[in-house]
Amino acid sequence: MADARTLPFQFRGSLVLAARQFPRNRAATVGFVVLLLICLAAALAPWIAPYDPIQIKLAMKLKPPSLEHWMGTDHFGRDVFSRMLYGGRTSLSVGLLVVGFAFAAGVPLGLLSGYFGGKLDNLLMRLVDAFLTFPPLLLAVALVGLLGPDIKNVMLALGLVQAPILARMVRGSTLAVREDAYVMAARALGASPLRIVLSHLLRNMVSPIVVQLTVVFSAAVVAEASLSFLGFGTQPPEPSWGRDMSEARRFLGDAPWMFLAPTGIIAICVLSINFMGDGLRDALDPRAWRTRRSVAAEENGA
Amino acid sequence: MSLLSVRNLRTRFATDRGDVRAVNGVSFDLAEGEILGLVGESGSGKSVTALSIMRLVPEPPGHVAADSLAFDGRELLALSEAEMREERGSSMAMIFQDPMRSLNPVLTIGRQILEVLRRHQKLDGAAARKRAIELLEMVGIPSADKRLSAYPHQFSGGMRQRVMIAIALSCNPRLLIADEATTALDVTIQAQIIDLVKRLTRERGTSVIWISHDLGVVAGLCDRVNVMYAGNVVESGPIRELFHRPGHGYTLGLMGSTPRVDGTGARRLTPIEGMPPNLIDPIELCPFLPRCRVAVAACRAQPPARRDLDMGHWATCFADLPT
Repeated sequence: MADARTLPFQFRGSLVLAARQFPRNRAATVGFVVLLLICLAAALAPWIAPYDPIQIKLAMKLKPPSLEHWMGTDHFGRDVFSRMLYGGRTSLSVGLLVVGFAFAAGVPLGLLSGYFGGKLDNLLMRLVDAFLTFPPLLLAVALVGLLGPDIKNVMLALGLVQAPILARMVRGSTLAVREDAYVMAARALGASPLRIVLSHLLRNMVSPIVVQLTVVFSAAVVAEASLSFLGFGTQPPEPSWGRDMSEARRFLGDAPWMFLAPTGIIAICVLSINFMGDGLRDALDPRAWRTRRSVAAEENGA
Repeated sequence: MSLLSVRNLRTRFATDRGDVRAVNGVSFDLAEGEILGLVGESGSGKSVTALSIMRLVPEPPGHVAADSLAFDGRELLALSEAEMREERGSSMAMIFQDPMRSLNPVLTIGRQILEVLRRHQKLDGAAARKRAIELLEMVGIPSADKRLSAYPHQFSGGMRQRVMIAIALSCNPRLLIADEATTALDVTIQAQIIDLVKRLTRERGTSVIWISHDLGVVAGLCDRVNVMYAGNVVESGPIRELFHRPGHGYTLGLMGSTPRVDGTGARRLTPIEGMPPNLIDPIELCPFLPRCRVAVAACRAQPPARRDLDMGHWATCFADLPT
């Protein structure tokens, strides 16, 4: 827009300001970059992987990290690094899709339930209660058992397990936020329920939602590992971080690299996501914003 | 013709122990450009009256009924919620007590003003921004152009209330309801805000309902006052007459319990003894009777009736109060 610059005053949208704020949080920026690199590496696996992740070479089995296999080889002589690259495709898509599903299903349900209350709230929350009575992993196993062992069904099942948790949390936040004076003020100015929910309630619940979603991501990656270990989900010889991690358990003494590679990557991912979540939360909450000066003061003080 | 005409407004809230009659038969008229004060202690039904007029009482548990609730000739109770939304913020606006919490903390001031302009005046882009700056300048916010991208927490309480007033007046409403709008502010800021509201509404001929428990504020601002007690108007009159010659035992009690700086000599404040009645139980006699210091025999014999004292000044009280 050409005239934006010529306007005699500065006016910036909240999201632009938030986007500017994000890079000021160093840990969040690092987390974001690391996660981006890992995602890129997984996406480009067919082009950058040095070996076939599935082909068995028994002569090369259980070799420690070296120049050729710089994360070592597993008990079938497969290159661990290549398997990590390919496994990332499974694990990351499970994590991201489960987060997406939990968000898409849990947030609207929670908002609906919390804002309108009454019978609808009662109905939805009893349904959520029903889901929450089962131990999460058991429920996922049951669902996958019902739908058949397939990675898509694993995603669906994990999403179904996580969505009610998020819905319950969003409902709680909605109940708290909708009593705020500005909600009444907005109604007194003619705002419609949809507008109130989207621009007033949701915007004020970003912090708990973002935090919960980072937890969901971590839980999903680990749960996929558990399900694969139990024989649902990723089927051998297909690689996945979780599967390879549980496979490596048997060779913990002889070939610790087999175990360290997937656990390390999962840990890095989860940590990056958590840092990113923190940064996102602060960037979206203007009250937590830091100026360049305050960042500098903080660093000098420390 | 009056802008707002309220006849026998009754607002109830259903509770487990029975219906609370928060507003119980309020009637009054508000003329074009008039500033009407609504005073009374907490729980007297001032705010619920205002919310009922705006149709902002949550239903259920609330229930609003009236013989007539006419705004500019239209029956508000007959309007649908969607029609009502068109009125709120454009022809009738309301500002609230707590300026610290009446603005959304995560949205910029500019965004919150623009939202209303966009909604009611279909203004957008540069025109809307220009108007938003005008509005902020109108309420006396310095360097308004830069302040559009500020957040509420960067403003003081007084400035936030100015912003709320700017938003409320953005679409030139014909009725402005201020519910304890200056109660949370300190005295100097309070005086500035009152002057601002007085000036802006006089300029535009906006009618105002000013709710307060502070008689001093009302005396300095309003043309006329309704004194409310236990969900009803117990006395109504032009500001001078009512203050010089209170016609109801409750008004007298309120004035006795209000500190004055311009009083003659030292005077002890006399609190009103006792508690307001429970609004669940039906009340036959004067609701203020148990606490009244000037009650006469008639008060215990029959329900209170309206008595005209002067031109446009009446009270529902049997006692002849000293002038």
